[in-house]
Amino acid sequence: MTEKKYDSVIIGGGSAGMAAACRIAEAGYSCAIVERETALGGILNQCIHNGFGLHHFKEELTGPEYAERFIQAVKDKGLDVYLETTVMDIEDTGSMKSFYGYSSVYGLLHFSCRSIVLAMGCRERNRGNIGTPGTRPSGIFTAGLAQRLVNIDGYIPGKKIVIVGSGDIGLIMARRMTWVGTEVLGVVEIQPYPAGLTRNIVQCLTDFNIPLHLSHVVSKIWGKERVEGVRVSPVGTEEGGNRASFDLDCDTLLLSVGLVPDNEISKKAGVDLNPETGGALVDSRLMTSVEGIFACGNVLHVHDLVDFVTEESQRCGEAVCHYLKGVAPGRQYRTVSGANVKYVLPNMYNPDGDNRFYLRPLVVKNGAELVVKIEGREVIRKKLRHVQPSEMVSFTLDREEIPSLESSRGNTLETGIL
Amino acid sequence: MSSVYDVAIIGAGVTGASIARRLSAYKLRVVLLEKECDVSFGVSKANSGIIHGGFHHGASTLKSRLEIQGNIMFDALQRDLHFPFRRCGILVAALSFEEMKTVEKLYMQGVQNGSIGIELCNRERMLSLEPKLNRDVVGGLHAPSGGIVEPYRLVFSLVESAVKNGVELKTKFKVNGVDITGERFHISSVNGETVTSRYAVNAAGLRADEISKLFKAEEFTISPRKGEEYLMDRNAAAFTSRVIFPVPSPNSKGMLVIPTVEGTTMVGPTAEEIEDKEDLATTGDNFEKVFYSARRLVPSVSERDIITAFVGLRPALEGNDFYIAISTKCPKLVQAAGIQSPGLTAAPAIGEYVKDLLKKAGLILEEKPNYDPAIDPLPRIREVDPFTAEKLIEKNPSYGNIVCRCESISEAEIVEAIKKGHTTLDGIKFYTRAQMGRCQGGFCTYKILKIIQRETGLSVDEITKRGAGSWEITGRVGEFQIFSRTGGKE
Repeated sequence: MTEKKYDSVIIGGGSAGMAAACRIAEAGYSCAIVERETALGGILNQCIHNGFGLHHFKEELTGPEYAERFIQAVKDKGLDVYLETTVMDIEDTGSMKSFYGYSSVYGLLHFSCRSIVLAMGCRERNRGNIGTPGTRPSGIFTAGLAQRLVNIDGYIPGKKIVIVGSGDIGLIMARRMTWVGTEVLGVVEIQPYPAGLTRNIVQCLTDFNIPLHLSHVVSKIWGKERVEGVRVSPVGTEEGGNRASFDLDCDTLLLSVGLVPDNEISKKAGVDLNPETGGALVDSRLMTSVEGIFACGNVLHVHDLVDFVTEESQRCGEAVCHYLKGVAPGRQYRTVSGANVKYVLPNMYNPDGDNRFYLRPLVVKNGAELVVKIEGREVIRKKLRHVQPSEMVSFTLDREEIPSLESSRGNTLETGIL
Repeated sequence: MSSVYDVAIIGAGVTGASIARRLSAYKLRVVLLEKECDVSFGVSKANSGIIHGGFHHGASTLKSRLEIQGNIMFDALQRDLHFPFRRCGILVAALSFEEMKTVEKLYMQGVQNGSIGIELCNRERMLSLEPKLNRDVVGGLHAPSGGIVEPYRLVFSLVESAVKNGVELKTKFKVNGVDITGERFHISSVNGETVTSRYAVNAAGLRADEISKLFKAEEFTISPRKGEEYLMDRNAAAFTSRVIFPVPSPNSKGMLVIPTVEGTTMVGPTAEEIEDKEDLATTGDNFEKVFYSARRLVPSVSERDIITAFVGLRPALEGNDFYIAISTKCPKLVQAAGIQSPGLTAAPAIGEYVKDLLKKAGLILEEKPNYDPAIDPLPRIREVDPFTAEKLIEKNPSYGNIVCRCESISEAEIVEAIKKGHTTLDGIKFYTRAQMGRCQGGFCTYKILKIIQRETGLSVDEITKRGAGSWEITGRVGEFQIFSRTGGKE
């Protein structure tokens, strides 16, 4: 068994893991990335469309191009990278963490490190999660799997396609499947508004005249061996009622019905999870409930843009450096969701520093206001032109904006959208 | 081979497989015929996986006798065949004093049947045996001999053992005709293949009535009884230590909370009489029913944990008992029909019983001196400690390649499944558990497609989910004309 010792090990070599790792390595700490796939880059590798990097690089890149910049940085900094290596169980022995890496390339590796960054990303929700009734034939794919099959393996999974869910991957795949010569019969969305970014609705559906059925569900799937068709029903009508339900003959169903942080390893390590995000509960340093274990990117909460993942992960990398240096966390107080907010992250803030927050709205609203209160006292009120659940809101609470706080009180920070 | 088989067994579910394995101990030429492309792809693949405790059925029935006998045989069977099985015990939870009366009857029935260790429990004991039970439980029954099994793994290992001892397996052999000439059965398939045998066993599950007709034997009707089950994540809070049954109704054992032997939780099944033997569709209505019923037993059952739902069909016969007998109209045919619950539990005993019936029908049984009841255990990377894992990876590096991240299944295990003849996505899923976890194949399907191509030489468009028309991939990028929607922007 090969022993490996590092100041920090990053689990997952996608956009989050690479950004965090680079920051840690820049500060001179020994650092390694463990990645289960055959290449760094994560899901960006199969996102061959453009639209990445507008915030971070101020230019428009494809997924692989965005990934490539970080892969190059990882190489330049001489980071140790273990590809095709799967992390099995993390053991927390206080100041040191250890775990095994299983690999067909390196054999069995035993890692010991002072800190861990969880950066495993997310997985797609599937048919079982949304409970679509009907038969169980072949031809039902998650949109991300179909994207992988088409863009990397060059396989086309079917010819007549219905897409369930208007998440970004579903929209991108509607266009992609049209481009490879298959027929996309429509996108079915349960909500009265699209789940994906507006630009993707326009560029992937409108431009190709692909119908978007809002407030509809696929209420039945049939086909004994392969999918033969689906029934599309307005929300609220029971199957069989048939009020305005219609059938589509298709051989393939792609599901783009949401993403869930992939936290199985985190759970085994004893990390407490937030039921709202499916990710870890983290303090102002993005440290989880287990000392020395940090989380960033889609494993923490699902982001809509990779640029935000990069920003968050670089801050996570800096926090790891402070931790390794032995900087004490200082004062930290709780953050909670107020009106119309699904979640706000991180779950603690530091009144003696600048704090960057991400929040996800529960509502669609024009002319909204972001209101931040500490102990009932308003500290920020900010106009937001438009909010919707598919678009994350971020804001910074500067140290100067925080009033002096009495340490005897809870000093809870509440964030609401009014 | 054109020569004559001693016995042809129709149906490679748990019944046919158990019979085949039992017969493989004798100097006989046995052929096992299966209409699907893999074994265990019918009734046996979709059920609750319960090894029953021997208290649900009255002593006068054949099924209660075989259930008790079969249950006892499982420990020895597992030692030889290594399928996942655990004698975790069964609880029947009564939520009212009225229900408790029924439980007392079950207890008496169990005692009469010979259910080992069966006991009545008060509320306190029920809650100490399973703290996750509804606090409103008033008492119940504990059958420690009950257990759980992976049904398809049981069938796969029975067939592997049978084949190892000389049984011939023919998949994709859908019987559509039987000619009887003198002492010979000529059994033909839709593909035009024919096998000839001296004796035959009808273990055709849902199709046992149709097969009986082809032999011009007894007329009976198999009525499919549909059961819907929901499988939950291995992290589900509802995972109990024992199988939890409600108090049964006259027609059904009710919907259960099952801690599967592989660590997931399952709730179900429903019981619904239907006509269509191919109706494997789930419905929205049953979802409510199953979860209402399961939460009544174990309140922490949560629909948030669902990873998939599936339907199984029970091959029910009028009268609800098993029908296992020498055909009176066709004396060299043994019928094994109506094998629904507790068929899985009874299967090893059915193997024994059918062997005796064949003997009675005139088949000469001479023991094989070289019969080997055991098959080789297959190492599974997630079940071994890191030091064993290291040795496995050293010998075969593909044990280090974790293909299915949710269930921690290595490439080596998938290759082994393919070598054993499981070349469809479902066959690999049932053999290895890859694609069976929380992502349901989202991350590993493309890897498995590649491994199948490499190991079998099939092209990607020849690979199926479970045979026949269940294709996965229809072509390659660049092959199709660009589809242009009328009125679409150019």
